[in-house]
Amino acid sequence: MKFLFDSDTWQEIYGSIRKNKIRTAITIIGVLWGIFLLVVLLGAARGMENGFNKLFGNFATNSVFVWTQATDTPFKGFQEGRRFSLTMHDIEVLKSEYSDEIKLLAPRNQTSNLIVKDFKSGNFQVSGDYPVLDQIQKKQLLYGRFLNENDILSTAKVTVISEDMYKQLFDKGEIPIGQYVKINSINYKVIGVYKPSNTINFDGDCAYIPFTTFRKVYNTANKVDWMMITANEGTNIEQMESDILLTLKGLHKVHPEDERAFGSVNLGKEIGKVTGFITGMQFLTWFVGIATLIAGVFAIGNILLITVKERTKEIGIRRALGATPKSIRQQIILESVFLTTTAGMLGIIFGSLILFLIDSAASSNEDIPLINPTVNIPIILIAFATLIFLGTLIGLIPAHMATVVKPIEALREE
Amino acid sequence: MIKIEGLHKSYPIGKDSLHVLKGIDLHIKEGEFVSIMGSSGSGKSTLLNIVGLLDVHDEGTYHLNGQLIKNMNEKKAAILRNKFLGFIFQSFNLISYKTAVENVALPLYYKGMARKERLQIALDYLEKVGLKDWANHLPNELSGGQKQRVAIARALVTKPKVVLADEPTGALDSTTTDSVMDLLKDINDEGMTVFVITHEEEVAEQTKRVVRLKDGLIISDEITAVGKAKAV
Repeated sequence: MKFLFDSDTWQEIYGSIRKNKIRTAITIIGVLWGIFLLVVLLGAARGMENGFNKLFGNFATNSVFVWTQATDTPFKGFQEGRRFSLTMHDIEVLKSEYSDEIKLLAPRNQTSNLIVKDFKSGNFQVSGDYPVLDQIQKKQLLYGRFLNENDILSTAKVTVISEDMYKQLFDKGEIPIGQYVKINSINYKVIGVYKPSNTINFDGDCAYIPFTTFRKVYNTANKVDWMMITANEGTNIEQMESDILLTLKGLHKVHPEDERAFGSVNLGKEIGKVTGFITGMQFLTWFVGIATLIAGVFAIGNILLITVKERTKEIGIRRALGATPKSIRQQIILESVFLTTTAGMLGIIFGSLILFLIDSAASSNEDIPLINPTVNIPIILIAFATLIFLGTLIGLIPAHMATVVKPIEALREE
Repeated sequence: MIKIEGLHKSYPIGKDSLHVLKGIDLHIKEGEFVSIMGSSGSGKSTLLNIVGLLDVHDEGTYHLNGQLIKNMNEKKAAILRNKFLGFIFQSFNLISYKTAVENVALPLYYKGMARKERLQIALDYLEKVGLKDWANHLPNELSGGQKQRVAIARALVTKPKVVLADEPTGALDSTTTDSVMDLLKDINDEGMTVFVITHEEEVAEQTKRVVRLKDGLIISDEITAVGKAKAV
């Protein structure tokens, strides 16, 4: 190992590399490209993962949504195709029967209405909600507050509007809190303005009013359009989903095997599909990156083999002057390792640079779904160690070739 | 210094083998200036390669500096070459991307000498062959004669016992030939054994002993006029 720290060894390597600038450059590009791809792809995959995580970030990922459709099986004297609605009674039953599993339950009623403020107006979604919605999907409030229990109990005519509604209905700089907007010709006091989440969003631009107020104004009686359910930690959410559906089928006289009567989405399952996709992509990234890297290392081996052939005579001279086969081998292997590691370092540097550019582009542009694309240092170190190892291994071949030729044959070559 | 008895060497060519050296007996004492003459194919280069440990013989014995050369592995051969032998080639065989002084210092590198020290020694030897001012030039910036002088400096730098020269003047014109031969004579005068292979009579005449080879056998071995004059 002493020869590694000998400045003469490096002088020799520098000399032979300096002599073969073009082949050195080409060799380096092969491996550089490999590790560059590995770094960029891994970083991009990580960025995408982060992006998805953020997408689901302010949403409770263990959520199930349930709504009603039309039945597809006749049952208990009802024909197929019957339409029906969830009711507040269902909500009470679910809350008591699944008190262990259900953490939060938000019944919701929605419609769309013209909203008027002085001379400005627009058509928007109106949603009757309980304050619990804020726990299932965190609302980012720009002004005021979200609905509270008092609003529900007093059936207050208050509303929380979106940022876009505020911009459309109010003058710039106007303070919306305490002002009134007309929804369906009824005055509501604005108590809050929220910024709609730019990730998963089920409501769009929606004016939230208390559930009880909605019931009174739109005369929905016991009816519930749909509900959001969030499970407690540790609950088997798929099991809960099917249990709840079965209970609801019983309550509504729906055939237990009816597939269409209730619609439901299990957010956890959907997210699982996406993360599975990301895992698959990461695997692909590793595969492609490492394969390219190996191809690059082979290119180095190939080029070194050619140069050894080219340098047969030089090697012959060196041996006539007293170079032992070991010293020749060492030099060629070291050259290979030096080239691979230099290329590796450059590749990592360029890869990081590209990731940096992607990052700055992504953070200024919401459309690019990449957040903080990075590669772990340990991964880089492993890739680097692999490079050194492969460089040594591949250098062995030309090094061996260089020493099997007898010095006399090497010298005879003109 | 060099003692060869009953040396045979043949090269395989396809299924047949070419018998190049057919029993050479040669004894060269320390300080001799010997030239081997012969037409091409006479086996003179093969003889030099065996003497220079670049090739191995088939039969017979070869003693270099009293040491029997037998079953040499590459490593041992390399060390012996570095220690006892200096090579001068017809085509100079300088390393093209190294400067003159680096070329001269190369054998010392393989000897394990520190860089500063060996460059200093190399510079001294370049001065000896009159090329100190050209120390930092690459071989392609030098003339043929200059290249050969660099090669000679390289051969001498390890202070070898024997200098082996394979057609040292083969690629040179007559003026540079003379200057190279003068250098070789100086080396010999300092007590070094010099072993020259040539097919030029003028070159052979300047050595002290001429051995003529033909078809793998020694046909004559005589002291030249120069040698006789020196002896007297």
